[in-house]
Amino acid sequence: MSAPVSSIREPLITGGKTYHQITEDICSPTEKTPSTAWVIAFIISVSLLAFYVFCVAWTIWVGIGSWDLNRTIGWGWDITNFVWWVGIGHAGTLISAILLLFRQKWRTGVNRAAEAMTIFAVMCAGQFPLIHMGRLWLGIFIFPYPNTRGPLWVNFNSPLLWDVFAISTYFTVSLLFWYTGLVPDFATVRDRAKGIRRKVYNFLSFGWTGSAKHWQRWESLSLILAGLATPLVLSVHTIVSFDFATSVIPGWHTTIFPPYFVAGAIFSGFAMVQTLMLMTRKVLKLEDYITLAHIESMNKVILATGTIVGVAYLTELFIAWYSGYIYEQYAFYNRVLGPYWWAYVGMMSCNVLSPQLFWSRKIRRSIWWTFVMSIFVNIGMWFERFVIIATTLARDYLPSSWSYYRPTWVEIGLFVGTLGLFFTLYLIFTRVAPVVAAAEIKSILKTAGDQYTGPNAEKHSHAEAQH
Amino acid sequence: MSKENTEVLYGLYDDEVDLLKAVKTAKDDHLDIMDVYSPFPVHGLDPLLGLSESRLHIAGFIYGAIGTLTAFLFMTWVFTRDWPIIFGGKPYFSAPAFIPITFELTVLFSAVGMVVTFYIICGLGPGVVNPTLDDRITDDKFCIAFDTSDADEGAVEKLKSFLSNSGASEVNTKMI
Repeated sequence: MSAPVSSIREPLITGGKTYHQITEDICSPTEKTPSTAWVIAFIISVSLLAFYVFCVAWTIWVGIGSWDLNRTIGWGWDITNFVWWVGIGHAGTLISAILLLFRQKWRTGVNRAAEAMTIFAVMCAGQFPLIHMGRLWLGIFIFPYPNTRGPLWVNFNSPLLWDVFAISTYFTVSLLFWYTGLVPDFATVRDRAKGIRRKVYNFLSFGWTGSAKHWQRWESLSLILAGLATPLVLSVHTIVSFDFATSVIPGWHTTIFPPYFVAGAIFSGFAMVQTLMLMTRKVLKLEDYITLAHIESMNKVILATGTIVGVAYLTELFIAWYSGYIYEQYAFYNRVLGPYWWAYVGMMSCNVLSPQLFWSRKIRRSIWWTFVMSIFVNIGMWFERFVIIATTLARDYLPSSWSYYRPTWVEIGLFVGTLGLFFTLYLIFTRVAPVVAAAEIKSILKTAGDQYTGPNAEKHSHAEAQH
Repeated sequence: MSKENTEVLYGLYDDEVDLLKAVKTAKDDHLDIMDVYSPFPVHGLDPLLGLSESRLHIAGFIYGAIGTLTAFLFMTWVFTRDWPIIFGGKPYFSAPAFIPITFELTVLFSAVGMVVTFYIICGLGPGVVNPTLDDRITDDKFCIAFDTSDADEGAVEKLKSFLSNSGASEVNTKMI
């Protein structure tokens, strides 16, 4: 039944697994009591989350004045964090949608966790525009609902409103896609469970039976959702970049922003997937499903997108010079050599120089290098957004309003706090849901398992798999 | 899963290759399979079972088209009829600026509509309890099920021998 596989393809599932072992390996972490490492991580995350709640309450009580934003720099850490989180939230759907359309089998090992990460990252991102409003309870005004003020509609021509639609659509579609993939796996967990746990998982699995017709529709649905999510994922960061690109601020007003933001989003998203997956595979002992081949593939994506981002940075500088437009030229001169030069250096070294190390196969396949690099990329991409926002605003048209900006403890607390929110959600996810898409892993076992393909494949079983 | 109190005769297979062979034999023998259950989608099964291609994509297209029209016509109505405002000296009907939201709503309507349709036509949803034949079907067993409620003993025997001859590792009966 399986398609012939090139024997030089590296196996994606190692350890000579059977279907039952796959179920065992993937479902058992949800059935055991949590490990000490998990408990410690959870306590830290929840503490950060509590601090986040405190900082939000502080912001709302005291007002946005508790951040050190000023008349010149109206967007500081908050929008930086927003764009950073949205960017991170791009890898999951990219892995599950675009790689599904491209029939990349290695996606099955990481798609579940990456999609979960996407959803949690978008949740974190969504916090910032809301808190930034200062009056959180008026957040509903951003939706066009019939109201008693006219009805007065929202401005459909504004990129900030496009953002509302893009991000809420992205969140909804990612959630549906992720959950539909989870349903068969929840059924697997249900059928291993007893008592109340069985009832809970039956509720979560929507009564899934595994009927042939259901599977057929499920596959069809996954494929179409992937087809829809592919342009969606590209549109979301494009629209986020419009927040800047449609303005008339030198340094923001550039047509290169959409592709550059999308590449940056994939870049930072994959870095975050690496950070999480390297820890997850170790703690949950999933090394047979998230192999070095997976890590290497993701590092290649990081290298490619990191290089695209680098080219975009250089293009910006070139175009600023070539345009002959002094305000644009000054914006970029200031970006590189102005008061925030250190952020530019951080961005360039973390995003452009450090991924180039991945040209070396040895480094691509080294877990420690990958982990360190993924942290670098996360930091670098945060700097990128900070550079775009703060350096540009700090030196605007009027020298009399030039200023400098430092975050207060509240802003730092909000950022660190969303990390707490993110990790709390992720840690809960690793406890309640199968972290690897078990059904999808089973469906590629005969073409990607190491007993069927790769150097250690048993000769007879390879022939058998080709019936 | 259609009616209550169905007597089901089913065989469990250890491998999808055996399952496919058995389903093919059943088709050649004109046996009336009630359903086939598997832990993951088995490719090549649909034509053997005579399942026609899913029409979900047609539904998805229709929902998407509704989304496109809803978004575009609504924004047009708001800005040209209900409350015309000039933004940045642009015409009231500034179609290019409507495109991002139109696109997003197309995707949103299509995805939500299709997912809801999927769960409804499959009879799945929060709180649904479907009887399962065997707990290992979502793990590593592949199952062929026959409805034997109205079958006489001879027919049941014939089905049983088919199941065991075609490589089923277990053959059982269950009321669901």
